[in-house]
Amino acid sequence: MSEINTLPRSAMNVLPLKERMKILRRHMPELDPKVRSRNFEEVNLGLQTDDALTESSRCIECAKPGCVIDCPVGVDIKQMVALIRAGDFLGAAAKLREDNSLPAITGRVCPQENQCEGGCIVGKKGSPVAIGNLERFVADYERLSGQLGLPPNAPSTGKSVAIVGSGPAGLSAAGDLIQKGHRVRVFEALHELGGVLIYGIPEFRLPKSIVKGEVNNLRRMGVEFETNVVVGKSVTIDELMHEEHYDAVFVATGAGLPVFLGVPGEHLNGVYSANEFLTRINLMRAYNTEEYDEPVYDCRDRNVIVVGGGNTAMDAVRTARRLGARTATLVYRRSDAEMPARAEEVKHAREEGVEFCMLTAPVAFLGDEKGWLTGARCVRMELSEPDESGRRRPVEIPGSGFNLPTDVAIIGVGTTANPLIQSTTPDLATNKRNYIVADNETMRTSKPGVFAGGDIVTGGATVILAMGAGRKAAKSIHEYLTSGEWETAVPIS
Amino acid sequence: MYKILEARSVGLNIKQFVIEAPRIARKHKPGQFIILRLHNKGERIPLTIKSSDAKAGTVTIVVQAIGKTTSLLNCLEAGDFVLDIVGPLGHPSEIEKYGTVVILAGSVGTAMALPTAIALKQAGNHVIFIEGARSTEMVVFEDEVRQASNETYMMTDDGSYGEQGLVTKKLDDLIAAGRKIDFILAVGPVPMMRAVASITAPLGIKTMVSLNSIMVDGTGMCGGCRVLLGDKSKFACVDGPEFDASQVNFEVLMQRNAMYREKECAALKNFKQNMKAELADLREELAAQETQLCLK
Repeated sequence: MSEINTLPRSAMNVLPLKERMKILRRHMPELDPKVRSRNFEEVNLGLQTDDALTESSRCIECAKPGCVIDCPVGVDIKQMVALIRAGDFLGAAAKLREDNSLPAITGRVCPQENQCEGGCIVGKKGSPVAIGNLERFVADYERLSGQLGLPPNAPSTGKSVAIVGSGPAGLSAAGDLIQKGHRVRVFEALHELGGVLIYGIPEFRLPKSIVKGEVNNLRRMGVEFETNVVVGKSVTIDELMHEEHYDAVFVATGAGLPVFLGVPGEHLNGVYSANEFLTRINLMRAYNTEEYDEPVYDCRDRNVIVVGGGNTAMDAVRTARRLGARTATLVYRRSDAEMPARAEEVKHAREEGVEFCMLTAPVAFLGDEKGWLTGARCVRMELSEPDESGRRRPVEIPGSGFNLPTDVAIIGVGTTANPLIQSTTPDLATNKRNYIVADNETMRTSKPGVFAGGDIVTGGATVILAMGAGRKAAKSIHEYLTSGEWETAVPIS
Repeated sequence: MYKILEARSVGLNIKQFVIEAPRIARKHKPGQFIILRLHNKGERIPLTIKSSDAKAGTVTIVVQAIGKTTSLLNCLEAGDFVLDIVGPLGHPSEIEKYGTVVILAGSVGTAMALPTAIALKQAGNHVIFIEGARSTEMVVFEDEVRQASNETYMMTDDGSYGEQGLVTKKLDDLIAAGRKIDFILAVGPVPMMRAVASITAPLGIKTMVSLNSIMVDGTGMCGGCRVLLGDKSKFACVDGPEFDASQVNFEVLMQRNAMYREKECAALKNFKQNMKAELADLREELAAQETQLCLK
């Protein structure tokens, strides 16, 4: 209870615990599904102040807060919620920023049900405190107030850090390192900053303006950005260190190459990777073909299927729906329970009219004589014993084949490591799947001065895990730059 | 923002640009390409690098006006800007001492083949360069081609320049004459590359083709550029752009390259009707952007 005592006594929650447990979880106001399934506006509208206050009073202030323990970056959620309840929203935002430099983003895209809200004790008997919604509330409040609590930077250390990739790992590392007084320059391969937050996550889930706002905050703190640099091609890691004289490099390039199913017909016109489909729509704005030049298959009145069960697949299928697809169907080889997508996305998708074709897998794509997709040959699956991922393994039911009429098929079943940096940095150790090997805690690689984190180390994961890796890397880079010591934890393979 | 230092017409609807891009200039090797975006609402398109000057920090690209973006680009002059250029992308050509090398290039493909031809000649190969074009006004870089090769043949479809016939006719002639060929590189329209492959595959002559599939990011992230090699899928941007011709499924490449044909035609038609306004808008947008950058 000690940290709660930093609040003025008048701000203490006087409600007895039993009363707090009786308060119902406040609902996030949402755009009407009928309206939003035809546009790209943000689905969640954000909590009103009254609701945020009420929601925050549901917190029972556990002595061992499960929410904090289950947060990948250890945000002091208990204290943040207490500050909200006390009406000090800017204070709550500042508290949040101590551990999370991109709160408006994580408040929108974190899988809270598996993290903070999953650990919430209130949730054991009813619905957990809506921590994600509260996080978003304070981040938005702070942004709209114009009184941004940007932390001050330490005096210049004279050291410089190159960050490769401007996605969640790169941005969060940049925010921490600039505060420590290092010069920080972020290199981005694409023409727009934000990485997966821009090209991957759609506008209706994370508006581009939010990402731009966070990038601009970093710019104001002194972080430099350079777009159109493909590290590994435009410049190598060694050149960054020896010719451009960076004292440390943080590789945060993200997951990389899309995986296809490897079934016949995957080269037919109309078959996309989810990465390509989403990049055309999000980064290149192909949903607005009147104004933008990049084309995408016209989904209007077409049958679109998306293969996969994760957030990327969910983003793709909801995007297809918004582009006017007659049917937008998620095809997944396991069942609802095994879907890795966030619960909220699944709920939203259902409300928007997305159809779910579970325990089904395409075995071939069918096309016409000109090479255009016309259908997907699918089989039904059943679940047998759990595999190494702990999920029950899907097995084909013999004789269950059927054709699904399909004009557009989008494959969102994961990614493999992008090889560009590894292939031009010979002393950077990789594992057998070609991801970069980095120490779990220090993010140090086999190459002195080079750190790595996020999807390029772990394979496809979440925004918050990448941010956590970025923060760990920043801490470790700072230690290295101050001490000059490098103990190789990772053997060179 | 990338400044155009020189722009000149080198053939019918074909223009050569020298653009300030120091990072790309330092790293470019023969066979690599760039991706370019003209303005904030523009598409990303891959383009050939003809040469680079690391000292001057410039790259030279050659553009044939085919669709909207290339047509708009070819309206630009020295002093204009291009919003985004990224590269150099793709694997460089493999330069070895093969012996006798034949390079077949179709019109604007000549620009892509030139740096590789120069490097192959420098490596001690006997370079035979066969340049083909529809007609005389599309024959490009003849002097440079002659310099980059030991033997040069110019072919036009209509016979308006050099010899009449396709580049493959000359290749057939060389083979019929019993010339020993150790390596072939073909760069040009897909039907041309397919025709070369169909001649050389049965003879077992190592043949590489530079594939121009549709791309978005050019870094392997989207997979839109995937091509079929035998039964394997490869990404032209990170695995290529050069591939063993005997393995390439050219039918699939042509089919995939036609994916947006309808939209491309509509966009081009629309552009041609509003060319002046589009160009004025582009210049205005880029000038505003440049002023903003200068102020920073």
